[in-house]
Amino acid sequence: MRNMRYLEDVATLILNKEACVGCSLCTVVCPHGVFEMMDNKAVIVDLDGCMECGACVNNCPVYAIKVTPGVG
Amino acid sequence: MFQNYNTNNVKLKHIITDNVVILNSMKGVSPVAFDNNIRNDCVLDSFPLDTSASACCSPKSSHSDTLLAKYAKAGYVISHFVEKFIDTDAGQIPVVRRKLDFKDKVQTVKARLGVTRNNYRVSQGLYAIGEPDENSEVLVTANFKLTFDILRTNINQLNLWILVLDTLGVNVWCAAGKGTFSTQELVKRVQLSGLEKIVKHRRLILPQLSATGVRAKDVKTMCGFNVIYGPVRASDIQAFLRNGRKAEPCMRRVTFTFKERLILTPIELTVAFKSLLITVAALLFISGVNSELFSLQNNLGSGLLKSLERGFFSLIFLFIGFVSGAVVTPALLPFLPFKAFAAKGIVSGAIFSLLAIFFSSTSSLNIAAMAALSTFGITVSSWFAMNFTGATPFTSPSGVEKEMKQFIPIQAGGAILSLVLWIYSAF
Ligand code: SF4
Ligand code: SF4
Repeated sequence: MRNMRYLEDVATLILNKEACVGCSLCTVVCPHGVFEMMDNKAVIVDLDGCMECGACVNNCPVYAIKVTPGVG
Repeated sequence: MFQNYNTNNVKLKHIITDNVVILNSMKGVSPVAFDNNIRNDCVLDSFPLDTSASACCSPKSSHSDTLLAKYAKAGYVISHFVEKFIDTDAGQIPVVRRKLDFKDKVQTVKARLGVTRNNYRVSQGLYAIGEPDENSEVLVTANFKLTFDILRTNINQLNLWILVLDTLGVNVWCAAGKGTFSTQELVKRVQLSGLEKIVKHRRLILPQLSATGVRAKDVKTMCGFNVIYGPVRASDIQAFLRNGRKAEPCMRRVTFTFKERLILTPIELTVAFKSLLITVAALLFISGVNSELFSLQNNLGSGLLKSLERGFFSLIFLFIGFVSGAVVTPALLPFLPFKAFAAKGIVSGAIFSLLAIFFSSTSSLNIAAMAALSTFGITVSSWFAMNFTGATPFTSPSGVEKEMKQFIPIQAGGAILSLVLWIYSAF
């Protein structure tokens, strides 16, 4: 949904690349295509697309993702 | 909120929401589908075209009579969307129709208009569609009736099981966000339905948007079923299943089309109704005040006339601001400049207010009054546009917070400025 964009540089999404085990579940659950897999690791490719829904955070098996909506 | 469920025993749970009593289905007893929406039914039964309720000789009712004769249970009603029951190792499972009937359609319109917004559910538990067997897939969904209807009407060929969770009549995404479409609820419903006796495989297909509330890994640990996240939209579910449970990237993306945006606007109106009424009362009161009413000369008549005119214009601009902010801004969202919704609302509000000023130039309003009215229209539009951030599927809470911090002071300033100008213009 690249044509529907909200404010830039506000999403609080943080990915701990070290912890990532490359299961790719975050790329599956994210409704905005924020993640892509590169060399068996998740990378954030579209931070501003993140709506902080928490789906990736909830499903990452190793707790490598964080969002803190409403802080800041 | 789940610990007070008794999952071992046969138990009736009463939830009283408004004036509706809902009886939950129980373990060991087939989840007989029943209408739990008492208020809904009362209204609907007065529709002359509703043949399922009490007509005695139509072919439709004879079908439901046969069903009733066989499956009736004290205290339960068989839902009109159930066509028959099938026997399984975990009891009788209702088979639902793939098409909406007249009653479904009327109810859909009412729910969309907000009449039955929070009160439109199907019973949680296991359903069948077509003729599923032990190898058929299990789709999981929410017990909001609109969601359930959208799902069943989008499965026109496959034979599937549908496991409906108790999400308190809320759609999948909102329920996942609120924590009712949750790991615990899913696990509980899987266990209560006896699903492990019905299917040989251990797969549950969940709507992708439920991922906000469900942790796949925990579901596996707690009940042995693997969660597979299906597509976002029910319309892609058949393609997903035929494709070996693989979703195309486009099936994984949330959209927010013109139609999807417009469908939300009647709900906006219902939500805003009370505050609008209060505003109307306040406007009429404030607009009633003018110099001629209070002057000692004998011109009460013209004073009243002026009050009426000013009251009328203030309401017109409230209406314009509301339509601009709650309907036009959402509809034209991608085409309006700026990213903050409140700013988009200002743009749209300004266009409409200026147009309205142009058309009211023949009235007796002075410059200050016109400035007050247009400021007011713009402010109202900005406010309702900002409210819409809560209804979209792409605004982050952090962004909304930032927008509110920025724009609420501006909107408050606009409201005060228009009030001062409005009162000033009357004297
Ligand atoms: S929080 Fe939601 S939108 Fe943001 S990256 Fe995770 S899944 Fe995607
Ligand atoms: S869900 Fe977690 S472990 Fe899996 S790919 Fe994403 S970040 Fe890595």
